[in-house]
Amino acid sequence: MIEIQDLLVRRDGRPVLAIDHLRIERGDVLAVLGPNGAGKTTLLLVLARLLKPERGSVHFRSQAGPIENDLDYRRRLSVVLQEPLLLDRSVFDNVAAGLRFRHLTEGEVRERSAAWLEKLGIAHLRGRPGLSLSGGEAQRVALARAFVLEPELLLLDEPFASLDAVARQALADELRRLLAETRTTTVFITHDPVEVRQLATRTLWLEDGHLTDCAPGVEPLS
Amino acid sequence: MGDVFSVTLLSLEVSGLATALSLLIGLPLGTALGLGRFPGRAVLLSVVNTGMGLPPVVVGLVVAMLLWRSGPFGGLQLIYTPLAIVIAQLIIAAPVVTGLTAVALQQLDPRLQQQLLGLGASQAQMVLALWREARLPLIAALIAGFGSVISEVGASMMVGGNIRGQTRVLTTAIVLETGKGEFETALALGALLLVITFLINVALTFVQQRGTRQRGRA
Repeated sequence: MIEIQDLLVRRDGRPVLAIDHLRIERGDVLAVLGPNGAGKTTLLLVLARLLKPERGSVHFRSQAGPIENDLDYRRRLSVVLQEPLLLDRSVFDNVAAGLRFRHLTEGEVRERSAAWLEKLGIAHLRGRPGLSLSGGEAQRVALARAFVLEPELLLLDEPFASLDAVARQALADELRRLLAETRTTTVFITHDPVEVRQLATRTLWLEDGHLTDCAPGVEPLS
Repeated sequence: MGDVFSVTLLSLEVSGLATALSLLIGLPLGTALGLGRFPGRAVLLSVVNTGMGLPPVVVGLVVAMLLWRSGPFGGLQLIYTPLAIVIAQLIIAAPVVTGLTAVALQQLDPRLQQQLLGLGASQAQMVLALWREARLPLIAALIAGFGSVISEVGASMMVGGNIRGQTRVLTTAIVLETGKGEFETALALGALLLVITFLINVALTFVQQRGTRQRGRA
């Protein structure tokens, strides 16, 4: 589904990500592990076309036909960052934001947003201001906002890092259920081996911007 | 009484138009300065910040020289017209709106841009969403821009000439009445200017704070 070849990203003249070859198959849930500064977020930003590499290519074979430009590319995926980064609007409007960017009809926006608010157990929060939520609630909204777009590729950057252990476990369970239900191809960054065991079908280990051995207990990257 | 009404109306028209035009220039320029990363940005920001403190009388002098009959734009015959006051006030208000817009957008979390693009926003949709997120300081920029021109006198006097029935605005009328020793009239006009400015700012502040109340309600 996605193939990265000969990728090089530099920051301040220093290489921060260098990947010769990486292939992500449809339905993969790929965990990206590695120490801080290893290039994990950079990889995610390149995959989202939010960062242009100095060299190399990222080929995305979409089921929805050929990709025309970066905007078209980004509208086939969803990104959830470490912080929920909700907008100063109601929970419903936050979940609906991506659908409205895609100019869906208001009827479709209402229907799909309501369904995902329900699935994430936050329907009762729909009228609440996004900025007034607790960390766990906000991250549920961020997940609903991503899943409602029915993306072909879901990119998650340590989505539970800022949560306490209880909220983290609850959301990881929720995410596992949703990924099993939607079979969305996912790349997620994490430091948590428990999340890897719960969610990942494959694991990638990044160090100093390079792919190295796979994390313990996971088949080596071919 | 008729004079007071026409002077007040002209003040509002001229300063309102100058503020509106300063928004048209300042909002996109401030957005580019606040969000963009390009060579010369720091220099441009310094120029804009300096412009925020431009003395109106100096602006009036420069615009008067440009619009003077023998000046480079003398052929347009704009000197001593309301449009000349609008031009001068635009030069005063635009840096204020530009500078405060840039600051307003710089205060937002920079990752919000990535998040919006990652949700499928186009560049234009992203900017609109960021403006909405920064609406409180942006309305403050509008208030500051309007405040800087409705209350200035130097530029209006120099390029407008304070001609009765044509270019006389509240501030220049106050100067005239004070010069004649008509302090009561000058005070009355001053009070009127204050009330009008207050009412306009109340309306803008209401719009601005509505968002704050909604945010704090939960």
